[in-house]
Amino acid sequence: MASLREIKGRISSTKKTKQITKAMQMVSASKLNRAEENAKSFVPYSEKIQEVVASIAQGGGDASHPMLEEREVKRRGYVIVTSDRGLAGAYNASILRKAYQDIWNNHTSADEYRIIAIGRIGRDFFRKRNMAVDKEITGVADQPDFEDIKELASETVDLFTEEDIDELYVYYSHYVSAITQEVKKTKVLPLNDISAEQATKSSSASYEYEPNQEEILSVLLPQYAESLIYGALIDSKASEHAARMTAMKSATDNADDLIDDLSLTYNRARQAAITQEITEIVGGASALE
Amino acid sequence: MSTLTVSVVTPDGPVLEEDFNMVSAKAESGELGILPGHIPMVAPLTISAVRLKGDGDSRRIAVSGGFLEVRPDKVTILAQSAELPSDIDVERARKAKERAERRLKEKQDDIDFRRAELALKRAMNRLDVYNNNF
Repeated sequence: MASLREIKGRISSTKKTKQITKAMQMVSASKLNRAEENAKSFVPYSEKIQEVVASIAQGGGDASHPMLEEREVKRRGYVIVTSDRGLAGAYNASILRKAYQDIWNNHTSADEYRIIAIGRIGRDFFRKRNMAVDKEITGVADQPDFEDIKELASETVDLFTEEDIDELYVYYSHYVSAITQEVKKTKVLPLNDISAEQATKSSSASYEYEPNQEEILSVLLPQYAESLIYGALIDSKASEHAARMTAMKSATDNADDLIDDLSLTYNRARQAAITQEITEIVGGASALE
Repeated sequence: MSTLTVSVVTPDGPVLEEDFNMVSAKAESGELGILPGHIPMVAPLTISAVRLKGDGDSRRIAVSGGFLEVRPDKVTILAQSAELPSDIDVERARKAKERAERRLKEKQDDIDFRRAELALKRAMNRLDVYNNNF
């Protein structure tokens, strides 16, 4: 059995770890609240933009734009959203596993895909496996502004416009609730299915277009695609905080269990030591008689 | 007098939602003035100031592109960024302006040049709106 001193040392170090995990849990909980609000304030923007795109697609049959049309896929772009820091349970691992599998199953050479990494963990993951990361952004704030990723988003959308990539997918973690997050794979470009899905529920307003539909689509669609990337990012951030909160909660609970066990062992050992001492004293005294 | 409900929405959330009598904005195809009862319309905006006139007061908003959706009783502005004068970070805009000017002088390749030009426009627009230069 370990000595009393050793057990005491382990108890106090576990207590210190518990303090840290507890603090991280509370920090994540408050960040989660704000991330949820951010995600909510993004909704009106994306709904409105979808409505206008859908009504254009529905209204005039002659409106066309490269972003609305599917073309032969020679190279695919993958935007992979992860966090900068770990200690968030399976959050990063599950996104990366899915993305890695998909890339591995669909492509035979490195020439067929481009990886755009948001977050340090994702970037390092692909680098370690010798897969080129074409664009990256790390150190995104916990409550990101659109401004923070605007450049990356518009460069990514440009890749599609310049026909460097023919499809664009985003992998991120969708926030369902504080205890559930699911990995999602969303096709951002081309936007060929937006019209069918949205047309039915959008209002029947028919617009005048100033100057014409093509001009408007050329402004609207890149903006829409960029906003989808941003939407994925803020959704992911909410998931990240939720995942970290849950992970830290279970770490705190584990630390509690460990402390209980250790205290029990400590008390037993202490009692055994006392009993032994008494036996020794009694033994010593009876020897003198 | 009838009014228009103007709402300005960005990815970071709604910026403003109030009633005004008139909206004037600079679209890609030219200046637009919108009064209540306008036919439904969609127009892309330039990097410019949108002016909103209400009873007695008027407000300016610095928008960076985006577009304008008009309905008879409602105007929605969707932009990647939109700021009221009080929300503008002047120091940041000034720095962005200097940076963009420096890049334009260096004249790198076309893409960077275009990007710097846009950045300069955005920064100057913010400063103009802040300083009420019109």
